[in-house]
Amino acid sequence: MPEITLIEALRQAMDEEMERDERVFITGEDVGRRGGVFRATQGLYDKYGPDRVIDSPLAELSIVAIGIGAAMVGMRPICEIQFADYIFPAFNQIVNEAALIYYRTGGDWNVPMVIRAPYGGGIGGGLYHSQSVEAFFAHRPGLKIVVPSNPYDAKGLLKSAVRDPNPVMVFEPKKGYRLIKGEVPPGEYTVPIGPAAVTREGTDVTVYAYGMMHYYVLQAAEMVAQRDGISCQVVDLRTLVPLDTKTVLESFKKTGKALIVYEDNRFLGYGAEIAALLSDEAFEYMDGPIRRLTGPDRPGVPFAHTMQDFYMPNPDTIADAIRDLAAY
Amino acid sequence: MATPNKETLLDWYHQMVLIRRFEERCAELYQQGLIGGFLHLYIGQEATGVGAIAALKEHDHVITAYRDHGIALARGLDPKRVMAEMLGKVDGVSGGKGGSMHLADRERRFWGGYGIVGGHLPLAAGIALASKYEDRGEVVLCLMGDGATNIGYFHESLNLSAVWELPVVWLIENNQYGMGTSVARASGVTELVKKARAYGDNGRGMKEGPRIDGMNVLEVYEQVSEAVEYARKHGPILVESLTYRLQGHSMGDPERYRTKEEVEQYVASGPIGRFRAYLIEKYKNIEPKLDEIDARALEEVDEAVEFAKNSPDPTFEDLVRHVYVD
Repeated sequence: MPEITLIEALRQAMDEEMERDERVFITGEDVGRRGGVFRATQGLYDKYGPDRVIDSPLAELSIVAIGIGAAMVGMRPICEIQFADYIFPAFNQIVNEAALIYYRTGGDWNVPMVIRAPYGGGIGGGLYHSQSVEAFFAHRPGLKIVVPSNPYDAKGLLKSAVRDPNPVMVFEPKKGYRLIKGEVPPGEYTVPIGPAAVTREGTDVTVYAYGMMHYYVLQAAEMVAQRDGISCQVVDLRTLVPLDTKTVLESFKKTGKALIVYEDNRFLGYGAEIAALLSDEAFEYMDGPIRRLTGPDRPGVPFAHTMQDFYMPNPDTIADAIRDLAAY
Repeated sequence: MATPNKETLLDWYHQMVLIRRFEERCAELYQQGLIGGFLHLYIGQEATGVGAIAALKEHDHVITAYRDHGIALARGLDPKRVMAEMLGKVDGVSGGKGGSMHLADRERRFWGGYGIVGGHLPLAAGIALASKYEDRGEVVLCLMGDGATNIGYFHESLNLSAVWELPVVWLIENNQYGMGTSVARASGVTELVKKARAYGDNGRGMKEGPRIDGMNVLEVYEQVSEAVEYARKHGPILVESLTYRLQGHSMGDPERYRTKEEVEQYVASGPIGRFRAYLIEKYKNIEPKLDEIDARALEEVDEAVEFAKNSPDPTFEDLVRHVYVD
């Protein structure tokens, strides 16, 4: 099987979906001629033309809202926000329109659209090119949210997102765009939205993560296995909304100890919900405190590489947190 | 544009009277506590909604802001189901989830009233993009209040529609107050249609359309018809309809921002009275027919209220439904 990068997998997914369904179009800043700021859409403009790969004005709320309006009347838009940090002008459109249309019309019509946005730190992007924004959107029912951590899932989840009758946000770990490589089979497949994946079986500590942090968690799990003999059960959440509570709970019950790793701010971050779920529905299985390893509660990821490194969990800090918890 | 015949004119008269009676009854039901929340009446603006929607074809699209009862009825939504929605009943157009400000009907391509001022403008552009993308020849009529022309959505949406040559008629219903703030106190230009100039030039991009008498249903129909055909052929156009709401912004508005004399002046020149006078002058012995229409509208409103009152309240099951499409 050929090994490709995460961004190449995303590109393949969009290419195949555009090929499959003429209602699929892409819009966003510089997605067309330039091929996207990270080149996610490279080649698609030449292949599908300016009517289907549409360069937008620099106007995020419109990029999203165009997608909502078009989806309401039967199109299948893929809207690219260049950096997740830029998504806030479109916040109202996402939480008040995309998330709400199906509900507010009593099921009369729906919004089958995809919003893609690269998120996260680690590339020296600084305050406005490094943010993790998933918690803002996970809070609003009506949206689905996926965060792939590898090329196979990236392709399969994005294809599912395009076909989903609901608005789906795809947050892509931009540090992993070219760093994370993996095998992707030729030909058609999808990864369903919803199920989490157990990516490592273990008995001592359960570690939950998604996106870039999952990539680091697997490295950390290997480190503690080799050096400390600690056995980790690792869960790649993949879909944040709707959450696969079954896999989350079953994985916890094996170990009784949970570490949730996310690079977003700690306070009210996505991992807080996992912690609440475990304490509520698996209380009898608890064999230690539910721990989170996260970004610090600071309003941005600073520019200087030293500060950025402190900000983001990494395999070493994750391994330390696993050891701490295992020893509890 | 088809010249409206007598039958059409009488239909418009009926629509305007129906909207008026419907909303007067809504006000009563609000006072009685049967309609809750917020209620924004369209009274005084009927000619704009009726005339503009008459300019559309069935396959065209309509989208508006929260002052939407008149638009919904003009677009042909069933008054019974609209009234049921006002009362928050299961037979309402969205099963009681939307209420007064969020009426909608997919079949009639009425994509809703929207509770966030300006938020629906870029959605209109998206609907228009789909029309252009699939070469459907459908026009989107996007109504908005004067207040919406000051928010960012307006500027992004107009610019985008200009750049992409989208078939949208942007229709400002300038009723002269954004809640209690007059246009002059909120906007750098008071002739709002001039805002088109920022998004088009020399026949390219946004077309600056006319500033029309929004209290005259015939003028609205004629001018918006031209605008609709322009949009169908060429792209976006901005039109400003000068109108006036005879009631407060919503129920319970103390209206300290305008004088009684000002309101009375508009009552005297109200759109329904004017149109009635026009019809009486144009057609001999039409008054009995008009009286009959008046009576019919009242009956329809009675029926709508009866229907709405008898419709069941939504249940907990209704609350939790319709979050995701399975």
